[in-house]
Amino acid sequence: MATATAQTTDAPAQRELERRMLRQMLLIRHFEEKAAEAYALGKIGGFCHLYIGQEAVAVGALSALRDDDYVISSYREHGQALARGVPANAVMAELFGKATGCSKGKGGSMHLFDAGRRFMGGHGIVGGHIPLAAGLGFAIRYKGGDQVCICYFGEAAVNIGAFHETLNMASVYKLPVIFLCENNRYGMGTAFERVAAVTDVVEHACSYDMAAELVNGMDVLAVYEATRRAAERGRKGGRPTLLEVRTYRFMGHSMSDPLHGVYRTKEEVEEQRKRDPISQLAGKLKEEGVLDQAGLDALDAEVRAEAEEAVRFADRSPDPDPAELTTHVLAD
Amino acid sequence: MATLTYRDALNQALREEMQRDPNVFLMGEEVGVYQGAYKVSRGLLEEFGPMRIVDTPIAELGFAGIGVGAAMAGLRPVIEFMTWNFAVLALDQIVNSAAKILYESGGQIPIPIVFRGPNGAALQLAAQHSQAWDSWLSHIPGLKVVAPATPADAKGLLKAAIRDNNPVIVLEGEMLYNLKGAVPEGEHIVPIGRADVKRPGRDVTFVCHSKTVAVALKAAEQLAEHEGVSAEVLDLRSLRPLDEEAIVGSVARTNRAVVIEEGWPHAGIGAQVVDVIQRGAFDQLDAPVLRVTQADVPMPYNKQLERLAKPSPDRVVAAARRVLYLD
Repeated sequence: MATATAQTTDAPAQRELERRMLRQMLLIRHFEEKAAEAYALGKIGGFCHLYIGQEAVAVGALSALRDDDYVISSYREHGQALARGVPANAVMAELFGKATGCSKGKGGSMHLFDAGRRFMGGHGIVGGHIPLAAGLGFAIRYKGGDQVCICYFGEAAVNIGAFHETLNMASVYKLPVIFLCENNRYGMGTAFERVAAVTDVVEHACSYDMAAELVNGMDVLAVYEATRRAAERGRKGGRPTLLEVRTYRFMGHSMSDPLHGVYRTKEEVEEQRKRDPISQLAGKLKEEGVLDQAGLDALDAEVRAEAEEAVRFADRSPDPDPAELTTHVLAD
Repeated sequence: MATLTYRDALNQALREEMQRDPNVFLMGEEVGVYQGAYKVSRGLLEEFGPMRIVDTPIAELGFAGIGVGAAMAGLRPVIEFMTWNFAVLALDQIVNSAAKILYESGGQIPIPIVFRGPNGAALQLAAQHSQAWDSWLSHIPGLKVVAPATPADAKGLLKAAIRDNNPVIVLEGEMLYNLKGAVPEGEHIVPIGRADVKRPGRDVTFVCHSKTVAVALKAAEQLAEHEGVSAEVLDLRSLRPLDEEAIVGSVARTNRAVVIEEGWPHAGIGAQVVDVIQRGAFDQLDAPVLRVTQADVPMPYNKQLERLAKPSPDRVVAAARRVLYLD
């Protein structure tokens, strides 16, 4: 596995980057906790897939990208939207189905979009968005740009045909795409090893002559570095990369599912919680004297307030006008 | 006006639109080096190069999705399916991605893409290669669907489809590619959503599209010759949106209708047309509306059985005689 050895050409800048990453991870954690509360209160409907435990994967990777790069994801995408800079208010309002949501209340938890930030959606069919990422990469190449497209998907999507068709074509067409597999070990309640003949996702890259890295997804700096290398590969040579980022979800598959039970043990979840990516980075920053406990508490309070404000904002935002039912079916 | 085949009319539309707009590109199986499985893309690779005429592996789901993704970034892809039978593998991208992203993004991301290729039966290709997906595809909000019957409409509708800011399905016909007809040169656009009277008449309306337009025209000729009946042939051209005004207008004048399509009867396009007629021309109807469709079976291989399964002029004539109470 790639280990965390961040490039420290500029120590203050590196410290600022790490501090920013910690802030974003904390924001996602608090945001998701608030979302869980709101879901329990019936303010959020439908499916709601929380990102708690996986924060380092969104934050580490997206910190390594530029504003003009494309980001596309599956339905567990609140964390990536926040890490991309979509305001917490707009994300929470979308979960609440409000007109002020980032998709005007028409997408919900699984379909967060912010075209201005090149956040090209949450998509709800497992693996269905993987070809879209290659299409975004194709457009970059077509226009002669040096951007990349990053595509988040879970390990369960690797068993879908779209994954294989797309990796093949991305390699054949030399597309600047980072395929980032968030391997959280379970597709809903099914352990990956029970349904996958090859359990090291990274090995699939061999079939498509693609660069690949196995990354510790609980180490935000490792994710950052691996993504930086992959982006470089995309920008310079128009080559795709497959990153298998090993992570763990601390919550159930969605809000309707149990945390543990038939498919994984309580002990396993508790063991994994000891690897909490936020505690790890906070510990590192404390150890290095970048942040003391008071500083950490202040940061925590700041983002907690941001998440609470997002709930208040969503709560007081209006529902979409009934006329919105029939808008945006077709473009002019 | 030049006389062109349907195939060359499509080729002309593609060439003109690619010359006009550098964001238009063509992607699909065999479209480049092989010059197109049905030669619709003949000469385009030489003119536009491999970045814009893109050969793909046999991976319909994958390349349809690449097209949608490219459209999300502002390109205007034309995705060719060797036939619509194979496009069933890509339905997730057409239905879940292309048709929905504009809506679920709250209007942020339009998907200007064309999916095209031959649809329906050819000759003795058996069940898996002989299917008309008209009604499946027309069911989906967020898509437009066109099905040209003539070379001129093929050119004009494909050009309109490429310029449209939405996903547009273009249903062509393997049996239509050699059909010849007059095609206007240059800027010839057929607006999507407008039907066309291919033969005016007074006594009964034949509502049809794509390959069944020729079937309806032949039936109309027979009826005129043998029965002195004047049938109007209304070519829908677009299946979504449907030109309800034209359908109702024609039936309100003729008071009788037969709806003809290549697809299966259950929940077919004809069922939708009949709904339009009963709502819009109920008081003008002098007989129940009848439908002529493919037999409700997977397409058989045997030539005689296949002929029995397809809509034919004879079946249209028989239906017309019934709605005219001539039997």
